[in-house]
Amino acid sequence: MENIIEIRDLHFAYDAEDENSEPTEVLKGIDLDIHRGEFVAVLGHNGSGKSTLAKHINAILLPTSGTVTVDGIDTKDETKLFELRQRAGMVFQNPDNQIVSSIVEEDVAFGLENMGIPYEEMRRRVDEALKAVGMYDFRLHSPSQLSGGQKQRIAIAGIIAMQPECIILDEPTAMLDPQGRREVMETVKRMNREKGITIVIITHYMDEAAQCERVVVMDKGRVVIDDTPRKVFSQVEKVKEIGLDVPQVTELCYELRKAGVSVPEDIITEEECAEALKKLFA
Amino acid sequence: MAILETQGLTYTYSQGTPFEKTAVDHVDLKIEEGSLIGVMGHTGSGKSTLIQHFNGLLQPTSGKVILDGRDIWADKKKIRDVRFQVGLVFQYPEYQIFEETVFKDIAFGPKNMGLSDAEIKRRVLETANDIGLREELLERSPFELSGGQKRRVAIAGVMAMEPRVLILDEPTAGLDPAGRDKILSHIKRYHERTKNTVMIVSHSMEDIAGFADKILVMSHARLFCYDDTEKVFSRAEEIAEIGLDVPQVTKVFLELKRQGLDFGKDVYTVGYARDLLLKQLAARRGE
Repeated sequence: MENIIEIRDLHFAYDAEDENSEPTEVLKGIDLDIHRGEFVAVLGHNGSGKSTLAKHINAILLPTSGTVTVDGIDTKDETKLFELRQRAGMVFQNPDNQIVSSIVEEDVAFGLENMGIPYEEMRRRVDEALKAVGMYDFRLHSPSQLSGGQKQRIAIAGIIAMQPECIILDEPTAMLDPQGRREVMETVKRMNREKGITIVIITHYMDEAAQCERVVVMDKGRVVIDDTPRKVFSQVEKVKEIGLDVPQVTELCYELRKAGVSVPEDIITEEECAEALKKLFA
Repeated sequence: MAILETQGLTYTYSQGTPFEKTAVDHVDLKIEEGSLIGVMGHTGSGKSTLIQHFNGLLQPTSGKVILDGRDIWADKKKIRDVRFQVGLVFQYPEYQIFEETVFKDIAFGPKNMGLSDAEIKRRVLETANDIGLREELLERSPFELSGGQKRRVAIAGVMAMEPRVLILDEPTAGLDPAGRDKILSHIKRYHERTKNTVMIVSHSMEDIAGFADKILVMSHARLFCYDDTEKVFSRAEEIAEIGLDVPQVTKVFLELKRQGLDFGKDVYTVGYARDLLLKQLAARRGE
């Protein structure tokens, strides 16, 4: 499969605060390939380097050493910065920090205006993007009247309108309620499924990670696990050691196995867990 | 005895304008002294508006808020005292930190209460210990600390006022699982030491399940229920219907019940589910 993101021996350190202190190395040699059309979750506790990694994908940060290439563009190539950010859009955690306009459709058009897209084309793309995230009916509303989940969908629409190859989401649901979380996850999954957009999502919610194709776990600036959610979460002890959780159903089955009950070790969804328990009591 | 009580509490935003909206609608509540309460409700359910009444940040459109037997609005001049007795920690409180040192930041509230230096010192040290801030951090600038530490400083600042009711609005928002467990266990430690009433607003039933004695649920501006944790969770299906998330294990057991496998018990933590299943399996083998 073709790689859309290629990360080679990526190191990143924040500058030393003064001449007496050492630079703080946050990323300590990351090698990672993301395939075109993949849906990848990045997990890790606070300070593991996962947000720093995400910020390298659209050149908000540049490597101290090593390379990051997105759709063939080296992120260090300043002449292609604009093109890069158009291909890899980023959604941040706080919905209130990324809305620039007082009307929803103007906000979605912001990136397109910067790209100099002609009006007719812009109109068409904005409408299409708003329909894609299910916010078309709100196009003339003020973003201030929207819920957090709706605001995040507007932010996603702004990126979709630029027709990106890849969307990076840095804890997009951390500040949302369960309803908002569901809305955002559904939207992201649909963008991946229907438009083939590559998704890299950073999250603290294990149930969200369980919905992805692939889970990359970071710890202390390194990638420590990289596998399917099923294989990642079946390593309950290792995952907990890193300071992360596994989904409750996985933990329950793990606890049962420890007590000598035979249940499969790769259960990650509620349906699978219910099925396994039913068999036990059949 | 009830420390906090509401009678017919109603609050209408923008009354008399086209944007008029009743956010809290005839809520009657009695909060017993010393309880540890989880407050839940989806966005727009009225839970934030409700808690802002408890320390007089909002004045009811109609109805009463009674603290320790007294209507808090009976004498408007005394509302400042109410704010000392009911401490409110907002969401993302780390943005409210401003002092030069951690010690001074935690001491800010107690100082405004006019306490003696010795008493202020005692309170700062005790709350810093409760919330898990090492003593050597107290002389550092709070701005040098990590996000999680800053949040704990801000929480300690309210705790140090030793309010009879401490209310925290989503204290774990945006934290990773380890940070979330840490904050919750520290709040529990404070509750055990002081025996003061503590209310925690949360979206996560999983967080609250293993933690609170009682749960208050708001839905569409009304009090949906206020009861013991177990009793509230036994209504998991209804709670899911009003748009709140129930824990994954609870959902699994509800699904099994729908399919005819009923364990006759309400399950909301992994530990309880494991014990229940093991017991049932042992019973079956015994048959």
